[in-house]
Amino acid sequence: MPILNVSELRTHFRGERGPVRAVENVSFTLESGETIAIVGESGSGKSVTSLSIMRLLAGGRARSSGRIEFLGRDILSLGEAEMRKIRGNEIGMIFQEPMTSLNPVLTIGRQIAETLILHQHLSRAQARARAIEMLRLVDIPAAEQRIDEYPHQLSGGMRQRVMIAMALACEPKLLIADEPTTALDVTIQAQVLELMADLQKRTGTAIILITHDLGVVADVADRVIVMYAGRTVEEATTKDLFLHPLHPYTRGLLATIAKLGSSLDDNAASRLTEIPGQVPSLHESIPGCAFASRCPLVTDLCRHTAPSFEAVEPDHKVACHHVERRLQA
Amino acid sequence: MLTFVCRRLLSTIPVMLFIALFVFSLLYLAPGDPAALIAGDQASQTEIDAIRVTLGLDQPFYIRFVGWLGHALRGDLGVSIFSQLPVTTLIGQRLEPTLSLMLLTVIISVCIAVPMGVLAAANQGRWIDRIVMAVAVFGFSVPVFVVGYLLSWVFAIRLDLLPVQGYTPLAEGFAPFLANLILPAIALSCVYIALIARITRTSMIDVLSQDYIRTARAKGLGQGPVLFIHALKNASVPIVTVIGIGIALLIGGAVVTETVFAIPGVGRLVVDAILRRDYPVIQGVVLLFSVAYVLINLAIDLLYTVLDPRVRY
Repeated sequence: MPILNVSELRTHFRGERGPVRAVENVSFTLESGETIAIVGESGSGKSVTSLSIMRLLAGGRARSSGRIEFLGRDILSLGEAEMRKIRGNEIGMIFQEPMTSLNPVLTIGRQIAETLILHQHLSRAQARARAIEMLRLVDIPAAEQRIDEYPHQLSGGMRQRVMIAMALACEPKLLIADEPTTALDVTIQAQVLELMADLQKRTGTAIILITHDLGVVADVADRVIVMYAGRTVEEATTKDLFLHPLHPYTRGLLATIAKLGSSLDDNAASRLTEIPGQVPSLHESIPGCAFASRCPLVTDLCRHTAPSFEAVEPDHKVACHHVERRLQA
Repeated sequence: MLTFVCRRLLSTIPVMLFIALFVFSLLYLAPGDPAALIAGDQASQTEIDAIRVTLGLDQPFYIRFVGWLGHALRGDLGVSIFSQLPVTTLIGQRLEPTLSLMLLTVIISVCIAVPMGVLAAANQGRWIDRIVMAVAVFGFSVPVFVVGYLLSWVFAIRLDLLPVQGYTPLAEGFAPFLANLILPAIALSCVYIALIARITRTSMIDVLSQDYIRTARAKGLGQGPVLFIHALKNASVPIVTVIGIGIALLIGGAVVTETVFAIPGVGRLVVDAILRRDYPVIQGVVLLFSVAYVLINLAIDLLYTVLDPRVRY
């Protein structure tokens, strides 16, 4: 049984100029112990998807519909008190900015212990002992001393380790990592990713990794979901996606990666490319395919009818009218 | 830390000197002759001159200033021209009511204003927020004496629940002490509550949009711990600053409140002294208030290190 099943998730924000359709029809499932990456550029709805799962979007302005089933419970219909029991306990979350995501006036020990006291009903002393254990687990040296330090006394990489320790303290079934390495140095990035993979092996936590960095995806994800303008456009195993991307957007995205050994004065084909055009405004309701305005394969059909998100091969889904042409090519 | 305290204390010396000079010269320049006032209407010019010599008023300005300052540093603020009692004794007798009034006002204000501001910030833009802001504007714009008379009319005269005026020392029991002090403290609180509630709201709104608040919510914490543990401690530095600065407001308000409620405090003492041109008393009280203000704000500076571990001296 999948631990998370998201179907037809829509999250709209109330804006001054009408609704902002941040997430428009997202569906995916996640098995226990699996790592799934959600990829897309800024504004593609990947962070809003994760915050919708946690129900952490500002109450009055955001509305989610569809179904988010977590271990058989429909998250969108749970009461706030029940939701609080899930947050930090069964679903942990790591954010992009380790510099600002930890509370500057509380010691890191207190911030880790807090979840343990709240969810596992540990005593202060027990929670402290467990917090030290967690700091050791995320490879923080001299954990007994570090536990009484404040976030500003730690480096960025250390802070992200503390965030991971905090998110995993209650041994959640699911960890959502929203751009966990974006704000870090490349060397630290690798360490943090390695740490997450290592902890996953030990605890069997499923991970949703949100990123725009395809290099990170290739390293750690089992499966990849590509999002564009609030919709899922392609879903495949990591290997399959990198080797046989089907959606024109995915292909464009992969082409934007600089290849080692290529240089600017090589022939045009191997140059660093970009996808022409802009992401459509989320204020407008898009009748057809969201990528139509930028797509090299666009036809009239694309502009009027939204393609359905279908499996073209086992474990490979795509939302494109022209997959047949692509497959033959 | 100790060096910081020493440095801060040393840096207050020029401030205090300036205050002393200002207070001293203000009265020197003020119209009216205390010697003539003491001597009475029928006194001859020679009698007035004699009094002036005994009071030292014939000496040049700087000699009088240095003399006064030298005594003040040794804790001698001079003798009241009017009652012939030492100024320190006069102030000492009046200190309890004033300190009690101000302390009670600070306690009431902080206990009401901080939750008010937090509540407003948590419900930004909603009706709770608007009510809190309306109350704050009202509290800030209605003068102390209006609120004072109004409260005393409603609770003391119409409902007959509390005494109208006066003061009972703490030594005679806590209940009568509080009964006499509660209305003046509430009257004096209004402005202070408005000030603290506004800054609390602003500071909290800023903090609530920070990433670490989202982290706290992602941990499953409820609204209470998020607001009062994670947010309020971060928002506290500006709040505490305003509480300190507001003491000045309170000192001015205490003078008025003591007059309205006939409390025999330092405020009343200085009002009476001004009416009688009792220079030593006026100088003593103003100096006392200034020193108190400077020291309170020093204490608040030190409090920052407790509230925010990133602050180091």
